[in-house]
Amino acid sequence: MKKIRVLIAKLGLNGHDRGAKVVARALRDAGMEVIYTGLHQTPEQVMETAIQEDVDVIGISLLSGAHMTLFPMVQKLLKEHRIDNIMIIGGGIIPEEDSFKLKQAGIAEIFGPGTNTKDIVNFILSKVKK
Amino acid sequence: MNLAEHILNGDRKAVAKLITLVENNSPESIKQLSVLHSHCGKAHVIGVTGAPGCGKSSLIGKLTAEYRKLGKRVGIIAIDPTSPFTGGAFLGDRIRMQEHFTDKDIFIRSMGSRGSLGGIAKSTADTAKILDAFGKDIIFIETVGAGQADVEIAKIALTLLVVTMPGSGDDVQAIKAGILETGDIFVINKADIPGTEQAELYLEQMLNLTSYPAGKWKPRVMKTSASLNTGIAELVDAIQSHMEYLKKSGEIGAKLREKARVEFMALVKQNVTKYILEHVIKKGELEETIERIIKRQIDPYSAADELVERIFSE
Repeated sequence: MKKIRVLIAKLGLNGHDRGAKVVARALRDAGMEVIYTGLHQTPEQVMETAIQEDVDVIGISLLSGAHMTLFPMVQKLLKEHRIDNIMIIGGGIIPEEDSFKLKQAGIAEIFGPGTNTKDIVNFILSKVKK
Repeated sequence: MNLAEHILNGDRKAVAKLITLVENNSPESIKQLSVLHSHCGKAHVIGVTGAPGCGKSSLIGKLTAEYRKLGKRVGIIAIDPTSPFTGGAFLGDRIRMQEHFTDKDIFIRSMGSRGSLGGIAKSTADTAKILDAFGKDIIFIETVGAGQADVEIAKIALTLLVVTMPGSGDDVQAIKAGILETGDIFVINKADIPGTEQAELYLEQMLNLTSYPAGKWKPRVMKTSASLNTGIAELVDAIQSHMEYLKKSGEIGAKLREKARVEFMALVKQNVTKYILEHVIKKGELEETIERIIKRQIDPYSAADELVERIFSE
């Protein structure tokens, strides 16, 4: 049976991972396989992990303000490696206008503070083909 | 799409995809694995087992760094438990191996146990084969945090490390059967904290109660600290001597033979069952028979015998 595999990554210089862990736990409880790689990941590390773990979704948590730099870097790397079947979602402190821009650039969704974890689960379930 | 060919050409994306197919029990994976079979058999498969939190992942991270210094290519399969309630899993072993994420000669795959007991997943052995055919010299298999009787790993690893840590039990624990009988090398990790000498003593005493005939491998006790990076080179040496022993004594042949036998018999069983379910049993018959067994109209032994007899008469 196919299971949805999700990589939850903390990108860049940012040590707060409570949110990432709460999301990881919620996805686990929804029957997904969640790979958590710890703090301070580079875009290269995120991409390599996503390839080796053959994930369907990358969830990036970022609270440092560097989202407009780091999200596109991950997208660029995936594109360079001709990977077009992985959905990227984001979470953290991301202003609305940036969130809008990121979504226009191909990030599937940005989940800000206060999001119900059920909404994240349902979003992934509706987007990823089993 | 021919994944096996891509894998033999060094394509890590194909490796990842095939592992997924194996995990999902896809019929396509069988075709690809049969192509890879003739390219397997070169890797040293090292099992790493032990209780949750004793440092298996960190230790593998450090051992990997050591093997990379020796120019070896390394594959890692890290298994964590799948929830029996939701089917989900939190796979967190990679956290301790971050330094290796972008090394092209290292391939790490996290795996949920997906209902298998015994410390590994159903797809673990096949995944090891894929990494073997992919050209990895060393393949670490990290079991789920193991209990006393999780010994499945002993059937697929050539060398088995049983990892423990100071303070995890007295000499009574060390006498018990199960996991402690399977180790080729016992590793006391976190050997920088108090109680290390005591743990070493218990293990040594346990080993001394077993008689090892001359020429047979006597398990070694090694001390490491993954966080301080001590004892790692010595542990690699011990692993290498175990491999030399396996080759010199001819035990490796026996191990591989047994492994092949177990695998082949399991496949025969699986295929026969599949054939019976698909071609012999008529629609509804299975449920009907089960119903009769529950109602005590027939016993399961005779029902199974009848079914098997029918295959041969047909």
